[in-house]
Amino acid sequence: MKLRNWILAAAAAVVALPLAAGSARAYELTIPSMDYRTGPYAPNGIPFANGWTDYFTMLNERDGGINGVKIKMVPCETAYNTKKGVECYEKTKKAGSGALVYQPLSTGITYQLIPKASVDKIPIHSMGYGRTSAANGKVFKWVFNFPATYWSQASALVKYIGEKEGGMDKLKGKKIHLVYHNSAYGKEPIRTLEKLSEKHGFAFKALAVDHPGQEQKATWLKIRRDKPDWILLWGWGVMNQVAIKEAVSIRFPMDRFIGVWWSGSENDVKPSGMAAKGYLSGAFHQPGKNFQAHRDILKYLYDAGKAPHPDFKDRVGEVLYNRGLVAAMWNSEAIRNAMKIHGTKEITGAMMRDGLEALDVDEARLKELGLGGFTIPVKITCANHEGPGIVAVQQWDGKKWSIVSKFYEPDMAVIQPLIDEDSMKYAKENNITPRTC
Amino acid sequence: MLFVLETVISGALAGIMYSLVALGFVLIFKASGVFNFSQGVMALFAALTLVGLLSGTIPFTNTDNPALALPVWAAIPLTIFVMFIVAVLIEKFILRHLVNQEHIILFMAMVGLTYVFEGVGDMMWGSDVKVLDLGLPQGAWDWLFDTHDLYVEKIEMVAAATAAVLVTVLAVFFQKTRIGRALRAVADDHQAALSVGISLRNIWIIVWSAAGIVALAAGVMWGAKSGVQFSLSLIALKALPVLILGGFTSIPGAIVGGLIIGIGEKLVEVFSGELIAAAFAGLIEIDPGVFSATENWFAYVLALFFLMFRPQGLFGEKIIERV
Repeated sequence: MKLRNWILAAAAAVVALPLAAGSARAYELTIPSMDYRTGPYAPNGIPFANGWTDYFTMLNERDGGINGVKIKMVPCETAYNTKKGVECYEKTKKAGSGALVYQPLSTGITYQLIPKASVDKIPIHSMGYGRTSAANGKVFKWVFNFPATYWSQASALVKYIGEKEGGMDKLKGKKIHLVYHNSAYGKEPIRTLEKLSEKHGFAFKALAVDHPGQEQKATWLKIRRDKPDWILLWGWGVMNQVAIKEAVSIRFPMDRFIGVWWSGSENDVKPSGMAAKGYLSGAFHQPGKNFQAHRDILKYLYDAGKAPHPDFKDRVGEVLYNRGLVAAMWNSEAIRNAMKIHGTKEITGAMMRDGLEALDVDEARLKELGLGGFTIPVKITCANHEGPGIVAVQQWDGKKWSIVSKFYEPDMAVIQPLIDEDSMKYAKENNITPRTC
Repeated sequence: MLFVLETVISGALAGIMYSLVALGFVLIFKASGVFNFSQGVMALFAALTLVGLLSGTIPFTNTDNPALALPVWAAIPLTIFVMFIVAVLIEKFILRHLVNQEHIILFMAMVGLTYVFEGVGDMMWGSDVKVLDLGLPQGAWDWLFDTHDLYVEKIEMVAAATAAVLVTVLAVFFQKTRIGRALRAVADDHQAALSVGISLRNIWIIVWSAAGIVALAAGVMWGAKSGVQFSLSLIALKALPVLILGGFTSIPGAIVGGLIIGIGEKLVEVFSGELIAAAFAGLIEIDPGVFSATENWFAYVLALFFLMFRPQGLFGEKIIERV
């Protein structure tokens, strides 16, 4: 055989062997991980991705997976770029034993994946982001956005402001400004806030900041001129850090400045340090690592040398790490549900969807998972994919975040008609017959 | 009226922050005819290196060892030395092989260099937000704020002073020194400069080192505002309209361009919505909010407007091609 033929034969063997091995590979619970560890949003993407990955990896190391089936993580770098996110989806949907669920961590990517979910029969969990009207499970069968939507959060934050002002009736005549990331994500709360301003009589103004938000001086000059009573921030990445610094510079009172839950991490306040003391943000889980699940992560991963990113040890328990962790916890519980409902350990994306729709993680279950008091109980139904929708407020004390309020119920009298209107419009545009639940 | 003044001052100071980045572009273009697309990432890399040295970060491990942390007086010269090494490497592995090539080839090489800088910087120092604490003053200038209700940021005043020093030093360097004349000769014609005995290699190393120092100054000023993080590299996008307006070869042009862009974009962002809404009042109802987020793109409108009348920029050298 000539040398060229040898080379061709060797190349064919290299290609064919993994395929042959793949066909005989044991079933694995395949979870794609839509990470962004590069680009301007990496400082936020990394802690979330590590929390998400660490929880599943800990289940593998501590329990041998879920009900004895190992979890296979398939990372893909999106750089918080919608186009790359869609490429990641296409690349990973058939990976391993087939993707079970997607957590895109981007409203832009989520919007692109929504039509694909029903075709590929892989559910999307856009946890606290994405398309708010996907809360209507009758229309959005494959999309889940629990534990709360942006609209619920906007409503909860206005309730917090009302409480601090001495009652919702005291909002009349007050000025609330929204500084938002000029993207699908940043624009999500505007309609709700407009409706709430009509209802409660406060003056509302939205100020857009273009990507990435490194320079936003003019926005803060407008705030100096307008002198709002409260500011809401719907930012991400460097936009948060600059906004908080600018607010400090113009001496805006930090305890009247509230970020969305994506604008309330350690990264966001670190450049301002003590000057950001008092700054507030939305929250649906605790910060910190004083929970058994965290202790297990440290024991089975970091101390055992099995952590995918060992240099992250000191940051376990940061806000965005915990956000990734709580997402992983709810998804792992949905996997258990799917196995139980369908009587098999080899579940598909469609079965996973059923598991998500039957999710019921109460406080007792959270305690069993080593996360007692960590987050709110979540119960999903066919009609309600948002779940509880309740939101608390956390505060930065200069060194750490702590939850400082009760959990506020959203004003569903305002929000539900908006959800119904938007979801039914989507159903009409896409020829979807709403399910009967 | 006071608020208009405040907007103009803030715009001028923000413009000088853009000029700090633009200066690096001008330096390299002036001396080598190369449009250094990687200037923004160089600013990020320089700032990352400085923070890394200050906090004792061990490169490529993303871990800090406080015992290795250097004081400011040692970290800044060492960062400048690192930027010098970077300049040597760029000359050795890129520029030397591209002598007398088409501008587009050099430009594409710079695009490639940008991504190399990004990747290496990320691997060396990590992607998280780093706090740059050099003791630079932060917040509003108290006296103006308390007595006149005028908001001027202290860090931007420091940036303006830094820019003034840099421009003076660079102007003297280019106009009054032998090396400066040699730099300009190289910019005019690589081959001709070589034929009269000018060492292209040395000139490029000098100019890239100088651009590295300017990048460090820009990285420090911007990093002090937002923390040192990847998005610092995008400040190059704020420098481009400044270059179009001021000219690619003029150091004073970079400053004047920065001032015009900074003041123009702030005035438009702050006042255009209300003014347009008022102008059309009674005819159609316009939401002033529609005219927000103009800050990023209006700078390019302004630059393109100037381009129509002076394609070489306000201070750029007029290109005369003999047929």
